[in-house]
Amino acid sequence: MSTLAIDKAGPSRKVKYGSMSRDRAWALRWSYFFLVLFAIFFLTPPIYMLITSLKSSAEISAATNPWWVFHPTLSNYVELLTSNQFLRFFWNSSIVSLAVVLVTMLISVPAAFALARMKFWGSTTLATGVFLTYLIPDSLLFIPLFKMLAMVQDLTGITLLNRWYVLLFIYPTLTVPFCTWIMIGYFASIPKELDEAALIDGASWLQTLTRIFIPVALPGLIAATIFAFTVSWAQFLYPLVFTTSVDQLVLPVGITTTLIKGDVFNWGQIMTGALLGAAPPLIIYAFLMDYYIAGLTAGATKG
Amino acid sequence: MAEVALRKVVKRYDDVEAVRGIDLDIADHEFIVLVGPSGCGKSTTLRMIAGLEDISDGDIMIGGDVVNDVPPKDRDIAMVFQNYALYPHMTVAENMSFGLRLKHYPKAEIKARVTEAARLLDITDLIDRKPKQLSGGQRQRVAMGRAIVRNPKVFLFDEPLSNLDAKLRVQMRIEIKKVHQKVRTTTVYVTHDQVEAMTLADRVVVMNKGRIEQIGTPNELYHKPATRFVAGFIGSPAMNFIPCRLEDVGGRLQIRLTDRIAFPLPPARAARYNALPRTDKLLLGLRPEHLTESHAHLEPGVETFDTVLDVTEPMGMETLVYFGLEGTPICGRVNPNAGAKDGAPMRLAMDLNNMHLLNEATGVVL
Amino acid sequence: MADVVVEQGQAVRAARARKPASLRNVLGRKSTVAFFLTLPLILLIALLVLYPAVYSVHLATLNKSMQKFVGFGNFLFLFKRDTFWMVVKQSCIFAVTAVFFKALIGFIVAHFVHNIPAKGQRKWRGMLLVPWVIPPAMSTLAWLWLFDPSYSAFNYTLSFFGIGPINWLGDNVWARFSVILVNVWYGAPFFMIMYLAALKSVPDQLYEAAAIDGANWWQKIWYVTLPMMRNIIAITALFSLIVTFANFDIVRILTSGGPLDQTHIFATWAFKVGIEGSDIPLGASVSLFMVPILAIAAIFILRDVSKRGNEA
Repeated sequence: MSTLAIDKAGPSRKVKYGSMSRDRAWALRWSYFFLVLFAIFFLTPPIYMLITSLKSSAEISAATNPWWVFHPTLSNYVELLTSNQFLRFFWNSSIVSLAVVLVTMLISVPAAFALARMKFWGSTTLATGVFLTYLIPDSLLFIPLFKMLAMVQDLTGITLLNRWYVLLFIYPTLTVPFCTWIMIGYFASIPKELDEAALIDGASWLQTLTRIFIPVALPGLIAATIFAFTVSWAQFLYPLVFTTSVDQLVLPVGITTTLIKGDVFNWGQIMTGALLGAAPPLIIYAFLMDYYIAGLTAGATKG
Repeated sequence: MAEVALRKVVKRYDDVEAVRGIDLDIADHEFIVLVGPSGCGKSTTLRMIAGLEDISDGDIMIGGDVVNDVPPKDRDIAMVFQNYALYPHMTVAENMSFGLRLKHYPKAEIKARVTEAARLLDITDLIDRKPKQLSGGQRQRVAMGRAIVRNPKVFLFDEPLSNLDAKLRVQMRIEIKKVHQKVRTTTVYVTHDQVEAMTLADRVVVMNKGRIEQIGTPNELYHKPATRFVAGFIGSPAMNFIPCRLEDVGGRLQIRLTDRIAFPLPPARAARYNALPRTDKLLLGLRPEHLTESHAHLEPGVETFDTVLDVTEPMGMETLVYFGLEGTPICGRVNPNAGAKDGAPMRLAMDLNNMHLLNEATGVVL
Repeated sequence: MADVVVEQGQAVRAARARKPASLRNVLGRKSTVAFFLTLPLILLIALLVLYPAVYSVHLATLNKSMQKFVGFGNFLFLFKRDTFWMVVKQSCIFAVTAVFFKALIGFIVAHFVHNIPAKGQRKWRGMLLVPWVIPPAMSTLAWLWLFDPSYSAFNYTLSFFGIGPINWLGDNVWARFSVILVNVWYGAPFFMIMYLAALKSVPDQLYEAAAIDGANWWQKIWYVTLPMMRNIIAITALFSLIVTFANFDIVRILTSGGPLDQTHIFATWAFKVGIEGSDIPLGASVSLFMVPILAIAAIFILRDVSKRGNEA
């Protein structure tokens, strides 16, 4: 039994006899032991979210064993999913995230193609610039952006502050640089002969992009899409600064500001809201884990 | 179908000249092979014909038209790449028809052409597969099919067999020759493998350091190399080069290889080399097959000498023997039954009727 | 034959005359296409990243009502405030400690995952990456609830061991510990994934060669694994340093900078001063203090990334 397990253990080593295999068996046991410990550490908060979301307010305030649900109820879910306000947050988040994904892809994919394949004046500088932009955090830009939006609003009379659609312009500053960067990596890994063959076959640059590069780099495209969506969905600082009215809020801000307000924390509902808010990225992750992880590692290992 | 002509074609990368003024005329229907070591400029030349590289100077003509500034798609050429460059997301049929579909050919004609090309290349059964499901040889056929369906003026091959294993390479070589015999399209073929060059080409262009060393039929190159480079590059094992000089002994011209070894030249050769200054440092060029075991009835012009073999390589139909002559390593080909053994002494015969004489300094074959 | 030669000669001359203009056309076409393909990207970066970055420097030199130029006035004002120096100190402690433990835990966990049979690795990897997938604003709410002063599930558990109750978010030291803990929890899985990818790229033969040379497990890590992963460790750590240093969500939701501004870092304090306190120039000044650290980390990352590019 143990030899069988060790045999499969081996990307690392061949099966050896005697002390070697005994060492390996022990190493394996320790590995599992620590993995279980870390898994408990990593999974406690989401599990606790789930536990609390199934409790009634009465059970929470009764301070029974917090790790167990004695009278499971779905009332928190029912209440939130029938609340217009919560559905509004969910709707805002969905619209903003999907639109940002679209905008991001429309900007990054053509740009990445040009930067990866069409050497032109300043293309290397621009590629480096894109990477640097990716390193500029939101917390450096929210104040000048806030002031800029206010100024544009004064100049043009178009209301920008406290409107969810302003996020469609702001979020791409977070998503586009990274997506462009990893798409450059994916495009660059396509053999040069492939676009030369397309060129000889009579394809224009745009046809090469749409009919060869996009289909061939589809895994990269999916990874970039997932990244853009999860970043948009999770963004907290920009909507907190730029939107205030309840009907303009996206989920993270909506839950933290409306459900937490007041003296009484309705923890059952907060945890339910948080869990529902975490659900879309978690579902995407569950189904497209390999693309998700590919996108995560691509930033540093590609390009 | 068309002829291709290169006139003083130059390619410069920054300050490096990769191709240094090439003149070449390729006739209609001709199969031309560009051969040379890596970095000799053969691939660059091909890519300039394809239009994938701009030319720095000179002109390229296809079918009489100067195409210097014509983009690849308008040159009416087709290219087969070393790594096949098949579109991985398309089936074999889609790969082959991509160019035609971009040009909006009628569906029926596309289908007819693809079917015909697939039949020609014996890949009819694979037509709906993706490149990933094909073996190397099959991919190579598809890449050729993609070129054939376009029915271009010129086929360009860039080391198409280098990614295949040795056995398949021989097979595909014959396949390419057969296809060319059927479609008769003017072909320019680049390879570093001189065997491929010799077997495929109507004419071979040997390139070195961005220049053409010699253009000729395979037999011309083998038997009448113009330079030391061509002499050494064509043929395997390579030609031996032995330092030597000419001397007059008793009114006869003889060639001296070492202090101990000197042979009289056969009359035809003596007449040819008689005018050469006796002081020149020369090289005797001799192919291994003209260095054989000695036997009783030697023809005139064949001279014998004794040596001690270093290493022998039995190849089955022949045995290669290696020995040194004053520090110059030399290879000969002897009959497997001649009794050649590692470290053993042996009497060898040198066929001077097939000798070449080269100027050591200039590398020119005299 | 001679005719052909003459004709070709003419063609050559005709081509020469044509050459400059049409060549320029070809180049023009390609770079025009490239320009239009990259234009949206350039506009986005210029208008919404570069301009605001420069603009914040301008903002930082104005007074609170933004009508008067005060030069370095805001910075001088900050230097005189204890809270500012506390924020500087806490930001550094927060970022360095969190990154260190993220890297350490990530490395250890990656090793354990790498150790187990390949068949189960996917499952474990999937489970251990969950903290990184949940939007931090959501997961921090769960932590907030775990730390809750009256209903803390942690304190409930610890009470069985006779420990506590601990005032997780109300006590200076514990509050600082808590924000770092949550940050480590959120970020360690990212390190784990990066290191796991790097571990997989180390060729097995190296370990086999090391084993034949008599290396024990520790020596294998020290002499084979770490040198092979040095690049990825450096890049991941620098990248995480930037993100952690600029963190906002976790501290904002967990403590809002409290108790008594003890857990404020640059981002949360800039938000408090600039947006909540309506002193935009001062807020801009505070966030600008992130720039030097970010710039240094960025330079190192860029050096590594371009080195990588040259190798490829």
